[in-house]
Amino acid sequence: MSQHAHTEAASLYEAHKKVYPKAVTGRFRRLKWLVMSLCLGFFYLAPLVRWDRGAGAPDQAILIDLAGRRVYLFDLEFWPQEIYFVTGIMVLAMLTLFLATALFGRIWCGYACPQTVWTDLFVMVERWVEGDRMERVRLDRAPWTLSKIRKKVVKHGIWLLIAAASGCAFVGWYTDAPTLTLKLLQFDAPMTDVGFIALLTSTTYLLGGLAREQVCVYMCPWPRIQSALLDEQSRVVSYQAWRGEPRGKLSDANAGDCIDCLACVQVCPTGIDIRDGHQLACIDCSLCIDACDSMMVKVGRPRGLIAWESFTGQNQRAAGLPAEWRPLRPRTVLYGVVILSVIAAMMIALLMRHPLKITALHDRLPLWVTISGDRLRNGYTLKVNNQTRKIQPLLLSIESPAGAVLEVADQDQLASGNNIVMLAAQPDGQTTFHVTAALPKSAVDAASTPIVFRLVNPDFPEMRITDHFFAPEKP
Amino acid sequence: MSQIPEKDPISGTPTTGHEWDGIKELNTPLPRWWLWTFYACILFAIGYCIAYPSFPLPWGGHTKGTLDYTNRKGIEQELKNAAVSARPQFAKIAQSDLPTIVADPSLKSFAVAGGRSAFLQNCAPCHGASAQGAKGFPNLLDDVWLWGGTLDQIYQTVQFGVRNANENSHQGVTMPAWGDAAKNPPQVLTADQIDSVVNYVLSLNHQSADAAKAAAGATIFAENCVACHGEKAEGNQDMGAPPLASGVWLYGGDKATLVETVTHGRGGQMPAWSERLDPATVKMLAIYVHQLGGGK
Repeated sequence: MSQHAHTEAASLYEAHKKVYPKAVTGRFRRLKWLVMSLCLGFFYLAPLVRWDRGAGAPDQAILIDLAGRRVYLFDLEFWPQEIYFVTGIMVLAMLTLFLATALFGRIWCGYACPQTVWTDLFVMVERWVEGDRMERVRLDRAPWTLSKIRKKVVKHGIWLLIAAASGCAFVGWYTDAPTLTLKLLQFDAPMTDVGFIALLTSTTYLLGGLAREQVCVYMCPWPRIQSALLDEQSRVVSYQAWRGEPRGKLSDANAGDCIDCLACVQVCPTGIDIRDGHQLACIDCSLCIDACDSMMVKVGRPRGLIAWESFTGQNQRAAGLPAEWRPLRPRTVLYGVVILSVIAAMMIALLMRHPLKITALHDRLPLWVTISGDRLRNGYTLKVNNQTRKIQPLLLSIESPAGAVLEVADQDQLASGNNIVMLAAQPDGQTTFHVTAALPKSAVDAASTPIVFRLVNPDFPEMRITDHFFAPEKP
Repeated sequence: MSQIPEKDPISGTPTTGHEWDGIKELNTPLPRWWLWTFYACILFAIGYCIAYPSFPLPWGGHTKGTLDYTNRKGIEQELKNAAVSARPQFAKIAQSDLPTIVADPSLKSFAVAGGRSAFLQNCAPCHGASAQGAKGFPNLLDDVWLWGGTLDQIYQTVQFGVRNANENSHQGVTMPAWGDAAKNPPQVLTADQIDSVVNYVLSLNHQSADAAKAAAGATIFAENCVACHGEKAEGNQDMGAPPLASGVWLYGGDKATLVETVTHGRGGQMPAWSERLDPATVKMLAIYVHQLGGGK
């Protein structure tokens, strides 16, 4: 890339150089196919998996129901109040990315990033329709003939179909997928869904089919950030210059192992020359390793001229020492410890999750009301989040201070004067009650006294909620 | 740009030819399509400036935009839409009587929400945003009512108000100025008598009072005050006379305020809201106030 720029007069704009990645076989290519199949398979098929949750609940195993404000994950069901689980997952994803990068370089970019996965899929289609690298170069240079038009139409048609399928699958994560499919077939899908399908279809087609490596090189912030996460012990795809240089013909006895066949350049999906060293546009996909290895085998030289090697390892090999790799370094240990702590915290939060979440909120204005009989009354808004699918009865009483008279708006006491009120928390939703507690003025000593509400339910251990009972300062 | 560009010796990257104090700018060019996205944004901005209000004008005001849109107009439209969608509930509330509305949970919650909104716009200046009241303006959260705390009584009060020109308003009895000879000649009380009756009222509320004066005050109270406030100072809602031993005070229960009240009299007023608001809103206000916590 840089060599090319040297010979040109300086322009402030980079001329577009189309990349024609050549087909390659080998172990990393097989790994890349495998990861791609798993990622795409999960993305396209996961919304179709059914999961019985009983009547009245969606039966999609994984569903992000934005309108209903629920995330369904098999037997788990998350409410907006539990957004911290999403935060936890995002923190985990970020730290795992840091750890993976510190150990193995940009494997996320090379294998699992949606940009890489869809680009790979689109290039596969392109190769299938138009042929391999040289045929595609020739086709693009050839004049427009019927055969060329046919090939281009077929290619872009398949790309659009894949893009549309991706758009539908994406929306399928957010709405009942079979219903969506049926409605799409009947031309009766909601406009929001159609809009998002159109949006995702166009971005998939644009980014996966047309922009490809331009996204990684010019648009994505990750290459800049991920480079900062690497150190000399991180294994990255690298050309072993100590072995390869000087490049020369196979017959040249003074030349190094690199026979300058350009196989590594031709297979590169971002169109770079890995022999220029580790660089921003390299996504560590290691297809150049496959290409170089097969060439080395052909010419009878050892594999590994391009290898997944750390800078330290490279220097050690250059000095004739065995390469040693230290995966356990302060930064990887730190990442690992933080990852495990976040996992532990999330598991504890998940296990301690109570299907009845009850909060009390003291009325803000006024803090107290003087009522007849020289008494003071405080008001509280009691919110019961009932995550079960049945009505939960709750017996509410005031445990302390003694003598406080309990009243709940629109609810009668269980028996007159017994200070117990039966609340019915509606299933799968939030029920709000306005609760008041009244005490004779003479019984209140302080401006703020703790008040404890006790809630009893047949299915769960009894719950207590502590708040304050406010009173005017005594003169 | 015509000459052959200079190359940075370390990175091998061409420079732009710009130099500041020996520091040269490297040329790391962007692709042209990115430039086009920049132009597209400029075009969008131009279109936006034409369509929407954008620039202040030196002679005052601003450009209006071809769409003639403002946030205020947007809000007005939203309010209009909301009013249209709420029309069936309003009609239902206007037609139904109070027990029917309260018995229907969805209609009641609509009435409470609508009542709260109307309360904040019309009633909060006197009664407070949370209906907590102020000196001279009753607290509507407590259980002591001047004119009655049942839903019907509250509705009556909201509709016609207190001591105003509306013929249906509560007139009750205005508390006389007991210490003002000019205003209340036949039954004027001396300052000593007022002090005694105030001591009596304080003693009813278990506050420190001169026992001898309170005893004298009891006689004065029985002669002058029981007609409205009742023998046990329990008050009378027909006259709008408050109970005097509940611990809840409209103007204040301290001695100085009580002396002021007895000397100069009291007589709060309230507008007849049926003259100002539509029938459905008045009903919603009554329902809102009734469910605040003091309703009977």
